[in-house]
Amino acid sequence: MIKTSPFHQRTSEANQTGLWSHWAGYLSASRYTASTKFEYYAVRNAAGVFDTSPLHKYRITGPDAELYLAGLLTRDIRKCRPGRAQYTTWLDDDGFVLEDGVVMRTAGDDFLLTTAHANKGFLDDHRLGKSVVIEDVSADHGALAVQGPLSGEIIKHLSPEATDLPYFGVTETKAGSIPVTISRTGFTGDLGYEIWVDSSHAVDLWDRLFNIGTPMGAIPIGEEALQMLRIEAGLLLIDVDFKSSRFAWNDDQRHTLREVGLGWMVRLDRDDRAFVGRKATEQDTPRWVTTGIVVDWQAWDSAYRSRGLIPEKDHAAALGGMMLYDSNVESIGHVTSFVYSPLLQRHIGIARIRPEHSTPGANVSLEVTIDHRYELIDASVTRLPFYDPERKTA
Amino acid sequence: MAARNYDAVVIGGGHNGLVHGAYLAKAGLSTLILERRHVVGGAAITEELYPGFQFTTFSYALSLLRPEVIHELELTKHGFMPLDMPSTFAPTEDGDYLFLTGDKGADHHEIARHSAHDADAYTAYSHMMEEVVEAIRPLIDSIPPDITSKDPEERARMAAIGSYLADLPPKTLHNMVRLLTGSAADVLEDYFESDIMQGWLASSGIIGSKVGPRSQGSGLVLLYHSFGEHDGAYGSWAFHKGGNGGFTQVLARSAESFGAEIRLSADVDHVAVDNGRATGVVLADGTEIDAGIVVSALDPRLTFTKLVDPLELPADLVENVRRMKFQGTSAKVNFALDSNPTYPGLEGRSDHYRGFFNIGPSLDYLERAFDDAKYGWYSAKPYIDGAIQSNVDPDMAPPGKAVMSCFIQYAPYELKESDWDTERDPFGDVVQAQLEHFFPGFGDLVLHREVVTPLDIERTVGLTEGNIFAGEFLAPQMFFFRPAPGWNQYRTPIHGYYQCGSGTHPGGCVMGAPGRFAAQQVIKDRSAAS
Ligand SMILES: Cc1cc2nc3c(=O)[nH]c(=O)nc-3n(C[C@H](O)[C@H](O)[C@H](O)COP(=O)(O)OP(=O)(O)OC[C@H]3O[C@@H](n4cnc5c(N)ncnc54)[C@H](O)[C@@H]3O)c2cc1C
Repeated sequence: MIKTSPFHQRTSEANQTGLWSHWAGYLSASRYTASTKFEYYAVRNAAGVFDTSPLHKYRITGPDAELYLAGLLTRDIRKCRPGRAQYTTWLDDDGFVLEDGVVMRTAGDDFLLTTAHANKGFLDDHRLGKSVVIEDVSADHGALAVQGPLSGEIIKHLSPEATDLPYFGVTETKAGSIPVTISRTGFTGDLGYEIWVDSSHAVDLWDRLFNIGTPMGAIPIGEEALQMLRIEAGLLLIDVDFKSSRFAWNDDQRHTLREVGLGWMVRLDRDDRAFVGRKATEQDTPRWVTTGIVVDWQAWDSAYRSRGLIPEKDHAAALGGMMLYDSNVESIGHVTSFVYSPLLQRHIGIARIRPEHSTPGANVSLEVTIDHRYELIDASVTRLPFYDPERKTA
Repeated sequence: MAARNYDAVVIGGGHNGLVHGAYLAKAGLSTLILERRHVVGGAAITEELYPGFQFTTFSYALSLLRPEVIHELELTKHGFMPLDMPSTFAPTEDGDYLFLTGDKGADHHEIARHSAHDADAYTAYSHMMEEVVEAIRPLIDSIPPDITSKDPEERARMAAIGSYLADLPPKTLHNMVRLLTGSAADVLEDYFESDIMQGWLASSGIIGSKVGPRSQGSGLVLLYHSFGEHDGAYGSWAFHKGGNGGFTQVLARSAESFGAEIRLSADVDHVAVDNGRATGVVLADGTEIDAGIVVSALDPRLTFTKLVDPLELPADLVENVRRMKFQGTSAKVNFALDSNPTYPGLEGRSDHYRGFFNIGPSLDYLERAFDDAKYGWYSAKPYIDGAIQSNVDPDMAPPGKAVMSCFIQYAPYELKESDWDTERDPFGDVVQAQLEHFFPGFGDLVLHREVVTPLDIERTVGLTEGNIFAGEFLAPQMFFFRPAPGWNQYRTPIHGYYQCGSGTHPGGCVMGAPGRFAAQQVIKDRSAAS
C-alpha cells in the first residue's frame, strides 16, 4: 500500500492540484499550485521547501562503522569529520556505479546514509564480520529540504545554532524544542539545508518552519520544480541519468564513476584504501563523458516556426533518451535529462557523449520530434553545472 | 571644456538607450550613454521610497521584451530573472471575483462560475489571439519599409508585406484587421457575455491610451499588449527580480560588459550640429562631448524639437512631430502596506496576489472611467491594474509587509480648470477609496503612498505629456508612421543623428526593439560609409 510522509497532513492541505507521484512507496507532491515555474523561482529567488522524507535512510553505528564505510564507499569516509557530510557513490567489483547518496557523520561512529533505492540487504551483505550495526530508519524520520537564497535567513531564525553551518556541514540541534539534525545539503544547486526530524515531530517542524518562512516568501515545492532545479544544477538522478549496475541487463547500461562524471570522488594516487570496485576503477577507460548540452535558441524556435507552430518551452523535464548526432549524422550520445531553463532562457540537457565529441563548445545535433517528424537542432557541449551561484558554497 | 571623443553618444539611459548602447559597444564602437538622472532606467526604475520597500515608481512588469535582446546582449549572464506571475485576480462589482491560476481546466471551472459560455469562449479567444500574434510578429520584429521612398528595395519590401498578408489564412487576416482598426469591446463582445471577462480582457485595450474600450483603436492597444511572451507563453507578464529597475540594472551591466560607458547626472542640452551633420552633444553644464554618431533615446517631441533646432529639419517632419498625439492619461499610485490586504471571502489567503489584480469589472465600468477623462477630469471610479509585488519577489518589502503597485486610468495630462500639483492628493484619495471599496480595511494598512501623476512622469522621466509610450498607440502613429512618415527607420534628416526611443517602431513598453533596430541601422550606415 502506498504510504504518506510524516508531513502529509500539511502537504495534503497545501497541495491545491491534487497531483501526487509515487516515490519510493510514498505520495510525493508533483506540484502544489498550477505553476511549476513559480515553485522553481521560489528556490532561485526566495526559498522553497521540498518534502524529501521518502528517501531511504540508514543509520550505521558501531566501532567498525568507519572501517566498514571506507571499504564500501568511493569517497574516503575517513576524511569526513564528525559534523560533515559527503555526497558519495558505491560501485560493484567491475567498477560500475551501484548508487549515489549522501552520508552524514553526526558523531565519530554514527553515520546516516540516505539513498534513493532500498539498500538494507546490500549493506548487510558487505559487513563481512565487522562490528557495525545497520538500521533502516527510513520511517522514523521525516526530512524537509529548505532551499534558496533566503534559506539561510530562515534557518537562522529556526535554529540559530545552525546559522554558520558550512557547505556539507551537519549539526544536531533544536528547532525551538524539537530535536533536529540539519545539514547544509540539497538537490537544487542553490544555498540550501535539509532538516531531519523524528516523524512524531514532523508536523510541528513544518508549522514552525512556515511560521518563519511564509513572511519571507517560502513556499512548498513539488517534484516538477525539483527536476528543473536539479538539471540546472547538473545533479544526476538514478534511474534517469544512470542505472544502478545491480539492475542493468548488460554493460551498455552500466557506467563507471568517470563515465557519470563523478571521477573526482576518488583520488587513487593519494588514497590507499581498498574499496569495492577500486581495481576496476584504476583500469577504467571511459566510453562516455557526462556533460551538459545547451540548445541554440534560434534553431529551436525556427524548427517550430517553420512548421507554423509556437515554440515549445516546456518546464516539465523530459527524462530519457534524446539522441545526439555529429555533423555526419553519426550517433555520438544521448541526452538523459532535458528541460527548458527559465533562468538561462534556453533548453538544457544532461548528456552522455562519446569522449571525442565532448569538448566544451563542440557542436552537436539534438534529435527532437516535432509534429511526428524528426528534426535535428543545433546544440553545443557545455560543462556542468549550468547554474552555480556563489551562495551555494559561500 | 572638451572631453574625450566617442564614436557614439546615446542621449538617455532608459531601457532603449541602454539596449542601443550595448549593441553599439558590442559592435566595437566606443559608446557613451548619457543619463540626466542619478539612475539609469528612465520609466523602468525601482526606488526605495520608504525604508525597506522597493517601489516600481513607473513601469512595473515585463512581457514584450524581445528574445533577441535577451540572447544577443547575454542578459542571463547579468542577472536576468523574469519571475513568474501565475495568477489573475479580478473582483466583480457584486463582491465576487474571477481568480485564474493558469491551470486550463481549473480556470475553465472558475470562468464557468460566471458564464459557461465564456469558459469555452476563452479558449477560442486565446487561440485566435495567438494566431493573430504569430501572424503579425514578423512585422513587429523587423524594420518597416519607408512608405515615402522610391528606392526599389523599399518598394520591394512594401510589396513583400502585401503578399505576406495575402498569404495569411483569410480568417486570421480578418481578425488582425478587426483588432488593428476596431474597438476591443467589439471583438470581446463577440466572444464573451459576462461582465467580468469582458472587463478584465478589455483592460489591456486601454492601457496607456486615451481610448475607452468602446473606442476604435482600443483593439490595437489590446493586440499590442498581447505580443509579449515568456518562455513560449504568449501574452504572459513577468515581474523581473527587483522590478523593472532590476531589469534595467541588468541591461546596464550588460552594456558595460561590452565596453559602453554610462554617465549619470548628465543632462544633455542639445545636439551639436555642423553643416547638417551631428558632431556631438552639449550638456546643460556646458560640457561638450564629440561624437560622429549621436542617438536620441528620448521621445520624438524632444528628439526633433528640443535637442535640435527644428529649423535644421524639414518642415513637414516638424509639423508631424508637433501634431503627434501624446496626451498621457495614466498615473501610478504605489503603496507600502503593513500586510497583504484582505478580499472578503478569501481571508487568510495570498495566492490570488501572485500576479495582477484587475479593478475593471465590466466594459461599462471602464467606459465610464473614460467618460470622465474625455471631459478633462480623472475617473471618479478609476481602472486599476494592481500588483502586490512582494508576493512574487519577497525582497521588495520587509518580511510580512507588502508593496503594491497600482497603474491607474484615467488621469488626463490636461485637467480642466485645475492642475496636477493641486490634484495630486485628491486624486490619490480617489484611488485609495476605490481600493477600500474592494479590499475593506485597506486604508488601515497604508504605511506610505506615492502618487505619480502624468505631470510627474513628464517631469521626472521626460516623457512628453506623461505619455507612457512616448507617443500614443494610434494607427496613424504606428509602423510606417512612427514617429513620422519617411523617418520610421531610426535615421533623422541630420546626418549622424539617430533616434532609438519608444517613439520609434514598434513603440513603447519595456521591449528593447527600438534600441536594437536603431543599432542595426547605425552599424549598417557605418559599414556602408567605411
Ligand atoms: C507609469 C508607467 C507605467 C508603465 N508600465 C509599463 C509596464 O508595466 N510594462 C511595460 O512594458 N511598459 C510599461 N510602461 C512603458 C515603458 O516603461 C516605456 O515605454 C519604456 O520604459 C520607455 O523606455 P525608453 O528607453 O524608450 O524611454 P525612457 O524610459 O523614457 O528613457 C528616457 C531616458 O532619458 C533620460 N533623459 C531625458 N531627457 C534627457 C536629457 N536631456 N539628457 C539626458 N537624459 C535624458 C530620462 O531620464 C530617461 O532615463 C510604463 C510607463 C510608465 C510611464
